[in-house]
Amino acid sequence: MKGIEINDNNRQDSLIQIKGLYKYFGKLQVLKGVSTEIKKGEKVVIIGPSGSGKSTMLRCMNLLEVPTYGEIWFEGKLLTPIDPYLHPEIIRLSKTYKKMLAENTGKNEEEIDAEIIADIKKNDLLKKHEGAEYKDAIKALYKANFSNIDKTRQKIGMVFQHFNLFNNLTVMQNLTLAPVELKLKTKEQAEAKGIELLKRIGLEDKANVYPSTLSGGQKQRIAIVRALAMEPDVMLFDEPTSALDPEMVGEVLELMKELAEEGMTMVVVTHEMGFAREVASRILFMDDGVIKEENSPKEFFANPKDDRLKEFLSKVL
Amino acid sequence: MWDSFYKALVFQDRWTWYLEGLGKTLLISIGAIAIGVLLGIIVALIKYINKKFGNFKVGAKICDVYLTIFRGTPVYVQLLIMYLIVLVFLPTVWVAIITFGINSGAYVAEIIRGGLESVDDGQIEAGRALGLNKLQVMIKIVLPQGFKVALPPLFNEFIALVKETSIVGTIGEVDLTKVAARIVARTYEPFVPYIMIALMYLIVVIILTKLLRLMERRLAKNERHRDKR
Repeated sequence: MKGIEINDNNRQDSLIQIKGLYKYFGKLQVLKGVSTEIKKGEKVVIIGPSGSGKSTMLRCMNLLEVPTYGEIWFEGKLLTPIDPYLHPEIIRLSKTYKKMLAENTGKNEEEIDAEIIADIKKNDLLKKHEGAEYKDAIKALYKANFSNIDKTRQKIGMVFQHFNLFNNLTVMQNLTLAPVELKLKTKEQAEAKGIELLKRIGLEDKANVYPSTLSGGQKQRIAIVRALAMEPDVMLFDEPTSALDPEMVGEVLELMKELAEEGMTMVVVTHEMGFAREVASRILFMDDGVIKEENSPKEFFANPKDDRLKEFLSKVL
Repeated sequence: MWDSFYKALVFQDRWTWYLEGLGKTLLISIGAIAIGVLLGIIVALIKYINKKFGNFKVGAKICDVYLTIFRGTPVYVQLLIMYLIVLVFLPTVWVAIITFGINSGAYVAEIIRGGLESVDDGQIEAGRALGLNKLQVMIKIVLPQGFKVALPPLFNEFIALVKETSIVGTIGEVDLTKVAARIVARTYEPFVPYIMIALMYLIVVIILTKLLRLMERRLAKNERHRDKR
């Protein structure tokens, strides 16, 4: 579209990019402008007090929560609609921009450009109808970059706090449902993979039982391998040990550590500081809907800079 | 005593009347259940999908109006309105089947919707997160579990329906209850005919209950088994 290039996400090592993410639940503002990037092989741990938006951000990564503003990119493909506020090139095509430019006659166009764009962004001046040129640009760019969400989710494994195993299916059926239903594998292939995964976690004898007969730790480990059965490029963990008996936390964290060592890209929302310290390649501290601090585990725990983080760490460590 | 039995059952082969009445009661009940279940499933799915995924906005509104009207007025009144005003061109047996079907559909819809909503959102999210689409999640996860939860109240509704059909005499259909009334009108001895049909209704309901137990047992395989104390 006339040389506009919004896709700067094609770099080899980049997996997920989050740009200017805002999320409202009605009037409640949960995310207030979050941007970050998950690179291939990274283990990113997100910590923060409850209500800080960390789970919401994680759930935005596979669009279980649809962001109000902002963009999510996965492997160079756009998952959300285009957010014009993130792209000055698009804003310049809008009627509002052109009008504002015309009002400032006599001034140097290049100087005033940045000012106008900042003004439009700050005061949310873009309207629903901004002329055909603007509309066509957004349409064309979206068409060139968007990705089907169901297809994308096949590559993003997710593990939930409450396991969410399918209660009407046996353990093996839990593992094979998606690969078979989505025609990625035949039933035989999926079951062979299922047995392999169950052996790995030492639960091959549970293949034909229903989830209601399992312990919490067993359920969560099966939920993890259910996601692995899709052979994902990244795994998202949403407080995977918060609903477990203390006794069972260890077995789940152990499995997650194994995955990390194998090089799986992981994003983990958790309260397990030990796990964060040991496994993370980067830790994000979220509070009040923004990322307050972002650092390597060593620096993060030894030299916290943000006051809120210092307070948080003093309570949890 | 023997005389009462003779007049109520044997004279003029009156026992065959009961069978004919029972046949009519079953015909109306089964026809109404078929319509009710079909209608109920459609309405329940529209309302459920509207709530969970936001599709079918207008459809859900129409369903609400339907539910309000048919659960808000007596089925007896509905039957009279259908017979005397709306469906005047149809044979009475059809009027009965359609009226009870539409009425029952409203209750079946709410029962099935309740069943579907009992399936927790987490499982739907897990399915979607694996890349399954809405339809696949509905068919593989929500419907099997929702149906199981809905089954006992669904059979309650069927049982209530069979008994409710006893008012079709009002529009001139000769069902089981009307047969008894006719015989009593000839013999002036109510004991045998009414006890007789009460037992026949009871047997139908017991058969339905047994059927429910059978289906429940088949569907119970994913529940936790505990030894009975």
